[in-house]
Amino acid sequence: MTERIRLTALITFCMILLFTAPVLAQDDPTVTDDQVNEIASQLYCPICENVPLDVCPSQACADWRELIREYLSQGWTEDQIKAYFAEQYGWNVLSVPPRSGLNWLIYAGPPAIFVGGAAIAVFLIMKGKKEKTPAPAIAPMTAELLEIVEKDLASEDKDDTRT
Amino acid sequence: MIANIGFGLLIISLTVSVVAIILAIYGGVTKSAVMVESSRRASLITFPLLSLALIGLIILLITDRFEYVYVYQTSDALMPLYLKIAAVWGGQEGSLLFWCWLLSGFSFATLIKKDKTNSDLIPWVIAVTSFVTLFFLYLVLFFENPFFRFFVDMQGEVIKSLFQPLYTLQATPDQGLGMNPLLRHIGMVVHPPMLYIGFTGFVIPYAYAIAALIEGRIDSEWIKITRKWTLIAWVFLTIGLVLGSRWAYDVLGWGGYWAWDPVETSALMPWLTGTAFLHSNTGQQKRGIFKHWNVSLIILTFCLVILGTFLTRSGMLSSVHAFSESEIAPLFFGFIAIMLIASAVLLGWRWNLLRSDFSTGSFFSRESLYLFNNLIFISIFLICLVGILFPIFSELVTGQQITVGPPFYEKAAGPLFALLLLIMGVVPLSGWSVKSGKSLGRQLWKPFLVSLLLPLVLIISGVRGWFALLGLWVVFLSVCTTLYDYARSIILHSKRLKISPWRSSVRMTLNNRRRYGGYIVHLGVALMGLGIIGIEFFQTQTQALVRQDESIEIAGYTLTYRGLTIEETTDGREVAVADVQVVKDGREIAALHPAREYFYVSDQAVTRPGVRSTLADDLYVVLADWLPVTSEGATFKVYHNPLVKWLWIGTFVLVFGTLLALFPTDARRVKDTSLAKGVE
Repeated sequence: MTERIRLTALITFCMILLFTAPVLAQDDPTVTDDQVNEIASQLYCPICENVPLDVCPSQACADWRELIREYLSQGWTEDQIKAYFAEQYGWNVLSVPPRSGLNWLIYAGPPAIFVGGAAIAVFLIMKGKKEKTPAPAIAPMTAELLEIVEKDLASEDKDDTRT
Repeated sequence: MIANIGFGLLIISLTVSVVAIILAIYGGVTKSAVMVESSRRASLITFPLLSLALIGLIILLITDRFEYVYVYQTSDALMPLYLKIAAVWGGQEGSLLFWCWLLSGFSFATLIKKDKTNSDLIPWVIAVTSFVTLFFLYLVLFFENPFFRFFVDMQGEVIKSLFQPLYTLQATPDQGLGMNPLLRHIGMVVHPPMLYIGFTGFVIPYAYAIAALIEGRIDSEWIKITRKWTLIAWVFLTIGLVLGSRWAYDVLGWGGYWAWDPVETSALMPWLTGTAFLHSNTGQQKRGIFKHWNVSLIILTFCLVILGTFLTRSGMLSSVHAFSESEIAPLFFGFIAIMLIASAVLLGWRWNLLRSDFSTGSFFSRESLYLFNNLIFISIFLICLVGILFPIFSELVTGQQITVGPPFYEKAAGPLFALLLLIMGVVPLSGWSVKSGKSLGRQLWKPFLVSLLLPLVLIISGVRGWFALLGLWVVFLSVCTTLYDYARSIILHSKRLKISPWRSSVRMTLNNRRRYGGYIVHLGVALMGLGIIGIEFFQTQTQALVRQDESIEIAGYTLTYRGLTIEETTDGREVAVADVQVVKDGREIAALHPAREYFYVSDQAVTRPGVRSTLADDLYVVLADWLPVTSEGATFKVYHNPLVKWLWIGTFVLVFGTLLALFPTDARRVKDTSLAKGVE
């Protein structure tokens, strides 16, 4: 009999633990504002004009930040929370669009622009080197050059003195 | 009465602009000096006419004439005088009138003195500037008129109209809606005008470029005057952009200065192409290269100004800066199309005339480095353009709204900015048409070795983060090369003339303003780079709810919440100010007072951060405004922003350098010396 009571008590305790754990976890004080903001800063307010969620002063955003806190306390990962927001409110809540479909253009575009531009620049320089290069209007900034310059300046000073 | 006069002045201005265009084109085609002179006078008169119209609007604003729709929407009786005046550019209608006024002002400044060197270009300059002014005047008069009033008809319906309709009474609200609280800042008074001056100033280089294309001028004379006006527009645009950043830093309470908001980015685009032109035009002046490129850059820059204005004012962009949706979008679209097509046709027509073979000595010659410099500026511009337009394109094609935020720009453009700084450091030591990199290497090795000391010291001090260290090294290298070149010039100069180095530096700088002004601008950019790297790579932040006398720790600082005072102000605000004690190394170093202001009229709250700013770092404290704040407890968001002050200091240095470069050179003192010829 005592064994049965002990077993029943143990099962009951486990059941209580099982059902109350998520509730207790929701009040988990270990989720800090900084953890919430870390994720909120990567999301945009779904209803405001281009305002990140971590700094948005509206009540709606405050509620969404609390939602992030709640999900963090339930053990959701950063990616899961971002995916949840994207699913609920659309891709425009993400600070950059996901790497899929047409969005690849925005990821491939900048390197392509630079590589394309660099190729044109290299081509022009190679071509420019073959052109008959006129004698330099000026040599590099060497000490000799500066001496010449100073002579010029000195002669100017004489001119000034005369005038 | 004032409004009717204002409206009349706008009508006269519009008519005069049309007359100026017709006379200028006729004078330009027939080479009739009388017609050109008449068009010049017609163009000149627009500025005083629009000045009077603008003064009329200002009078309405400062006398609280809330029967006027614009005054009602942007002002209220409790606002201080400076904000009432700033309300001129606080709304769509007023800011468009302000645009017109600035455009006519630039035309006035260009045409008031007869330009005998470029007299053949003047009729076309008049035609282009008057055409642009005409377009904006048309928008103001027929779509966004700031002189509309409220009337009430027999059914009690409110009507907005310029003149009183039949069977209506004029309606005068007791109070206006007032300016958006976020805009009630001294930065708001200065930032938009600076930006607008910068934007509108690019009309003059554009007008000269179009005029040169029409006249087939391929010499470098017109590019000189274009460079001067570009530099003027560029420095105002730079000031405007930085003031906007400062305003965001002071007011928005998110601890940063630049959010890559689409409107911010669209204002940056003409700055990028304008800066590219300021470098590439030297190639045309010194070596006769980049002729196509320079004309294209000027055209592109002004078209980007109009594109940015269109995107901001059409409601197409999702931005905190955007004006509300307006009917003017198709007109803007048409205007940009006309400008682009006309410019492209002219450029195509003169393509062969402008042909200039790009010849260079090597990859390390100055020509090549300028080419790379322009490549990077244009790459950054294209990245910005993609970032702005892709969300619109994506929505059109897929129906899916997306955001292109800071991570995209930082990853795509960040390394390019570092490359720009590197080239900026190297170019002053390079020579035109040098045949190999050896010469550059000989010039560079000393400052290069010195520059390595900084990352070495930083690594020994425990600073980590390879990208940050690389960025700081590039900044330091550009400072070292610039100072090295300047210092050795001073030493030689002072030895040569047997004068003190100090006197030598002053004389040398004043005699070569363009060159050394440019050096100072580069130093300013390097300092700005230092501030940007500091905040981008080393910023830390924390947020916590603290009770009275509890503390928050960040970056070695201890911030203790001491209490709160709440007071009502006479201009319709409730202001809650927190008292935060800042302690470092056991010593109290500051008392900060972050505040939250609630505006009754607009039912809106804004935060004012408390900031302790030093050359080393900023401590930036915000009262989080979405949570209750009491003397017992409040939520604070605290940012530690290292080196950010150098961003603002660098701007001052940059502006000083630009003004020096702009300051007219005394032709008697500075002849065509080797120095003036070669090293700019």
